[in-house]
Amino acid sequence: MTTSTVDAIPVIPGQTNANTPKPGGGRATSARIVKYVLLFIFLVIVLIPAYVMIVTSFKPGAEISASRSWQLPINWTGQGWSKAWDTLKAPMGRSLAIASVAAIISSMLGSMNGFVFAKWRFPGSNMVFTLFLFGMFLPYPAIMIPLQQLLINDIGLSQGVVTLMVVHTIFGIPICSLIFRNYYATAVPNEILEAARVDGAGMWKTYTSIVLPVSIPGFVVTLIWQFTSAWNDFLFALFLSNSTNGPATYALQQLSGGQNPDYASSMAGALISSLPTLVIYIVLGRYFISGMMSGSVK
Amino acid sequence: MPDTSVADRETAAATPAPRPKRGMPTWLPGFLLVLPSIILIGVFIYYLIVKNFLTSLTNRNSNNLNLKVHFIGFDNYTRLANDSTYVHAWWNLLVLTVAFIIGTMVFGVLWALLLEKGPKFEGIFRSVYLFPMAISFIAASVAWKWLLNPQTGPNAIGLNQLFQLVGLDSLQNAWFSSNSKFNMVAMALPAVWQLSGYIMALFLAGFRGIPDDQREAARMDGASEFKIYRYVLFPQLSPVALSALIIIGHMSMKMFDLIYALAGATSYVAGVPATMLWAQLSTYKYGLAGANSTIILVVVAIFVIPYLIYTRRSEKKAGS
Repeated sequence: MTTSTVDAIPVIPGQTNANTPKPGGGRATSARIVKYVLLFIFLVIVLIPAYVMIVTSFKPGAEISASRSWQLPINWTGQGWSKAWDTLKAPMGRSLAIASVAAIISSMLGSMNGFVFAKWRFPGSNMVFTLFLFGMFLPYPAIMIPLQQLLINDIGLSQGVVTLMVVHTIFGIPICSLIFRNYYATAVPNEILEAARVDGAGMWKTYTSIVLPVSIPGFVVTLIWQFTSAWNDFLFALFLSNSTNGPATYALQQLSGGQNPDYASSMAGALISSLPTLVIYIVLGRYFISGMMSGSVK
Repeated sequence: MPDTSVADRETAAATPAPRPKRGMPTWLPGFLLVLPSIILIGVFIYYLIVKNFLTSLTNRNSNNLNLKVHFIGFDNYTRLANDSTYVHAWWNLLVLTVAFIIGTMVFGVLWALLLEKGPKFEGIFRSVYLFPMAISFIAASVAWKWLLNPQTGPNAIGLNQLFQLVGLDSLQNAWFSSNSKFNMVAMALPAVWQLSGYIMALFLAGFRGIPDDQREAARMDGASEFKIYRYVLFPQLSPVALSALIIIGHMSMKMFDLIYALAGATSYVAGVPATMLWAQLSTYKYGLAGANSTIILVVVAIFVIPYLIYTRRSEKKAGS
């Protein structure tokens, strides 16, 4: 696909009317009907889990019985929601801190790296870049145990928020560098850099006065992407935090795990803890997608 | 088809810059700017990989402080190879990966085809198909745990009950419990639900990256719509398909949250190498865990490294 998924920021370009089939003939019309029916059926299927979560979250305990489990609640109650909120509000605050800090620092590092990889290369920078990229595909479970030893035993951090900030920042560097590299490659014309060079601007001056001011679209993408992945992480949380200092995913797993979970509050908790990323997705959808697409490397 | 702009500019940017008079090469500040990241990546990725590998060659399989740690060669690897639970975990992962890839590809491509020509309400359909991607596996599995309840018959809840309600009783099954014929295929369902929209987005962007005049030309030549897809559009999307394959494949290898949340960390029927790691760690079997994770890493690397080399090459080729 394209090399520059990021700079093409409306990532899925709008439809050009050239190949819209002219509605004509019964066959074309019935094909269209079939298409809309299919689209609608898939829409319903995709929404099933959301329906289940919303409906169940408002049910009082007694109504979550087998016979009525797909129906709307008879007595709507917010008990599940208030219990979930009490459990999750502190962990969500921690998630917010972890995800924000990680998003900001990795984005800044990614911007500097991306600038160098695209525009101010050094001998071997392509090799270094490829080594960074492998980090994107690293199966994190594979390094979890030495990571835990390194952070907790060797460096002496304690489990919890700071440790999670550190790991999310570091493991976010590869994708942020990739996003910025692809962005700068097309968004910053070489002629301008040449001109700056002729004027005697050094690297730092070039970066801060020419490159950084045009970086906002790149930052939007990396901030969203990093925030979302740090917010949704569970693996690092499980290995590097505990029930008193873990993020929202950890608390949610504790709330909903076990043999007989309280379904109403679990589902309310799942919804509450998903709200921030869902809001980002709804409000800033195209940037969200753009970050997502950059995972395809090229 | 690949967008050549990056590579073009790259070659231009790579032209040697004039050296300033006073000794220091122009590239040095650039290197210094990346240096902190190089150190972090070097320590937290490559050093850990090596350290992990070295641990896997030792007998550190207990938390006894008096244990004399020494190298035992590849004994941990042979122990794992002879452990039927471990072999079974890889079989589970293979089934999960195949089901995950096929599922996301089928729905992703189908949705992209349905949306590709920009039907009415495209934005709504697209957003709904994609939204599961914004949710964590942990949150999603709260709903899926309930949906995939293995109970069938009169006490069924979740999807099994839904099948009864709509008259498809025969579809009821035990999902991923021990007496199920689907097991890991059922485990792939939530993952397919979460990531099909992603594959759709990749293919949709791919379709729309192909200039319209190619279709027009084929249409002029009298090609049917089917033939246009088969011979004009699909061949150009093979890089997209490859990216999709690698992304989904490596996500499957990373899959931990979902299985942990749905089946628990110590499940045999749904266990994968990554969840076994958690179990090995909690029993202080560091040597075995090291061997296990080295194997996971090697399997991922076998697929990802050629892919990275291939993308770098095709980028360079596009520039020449």
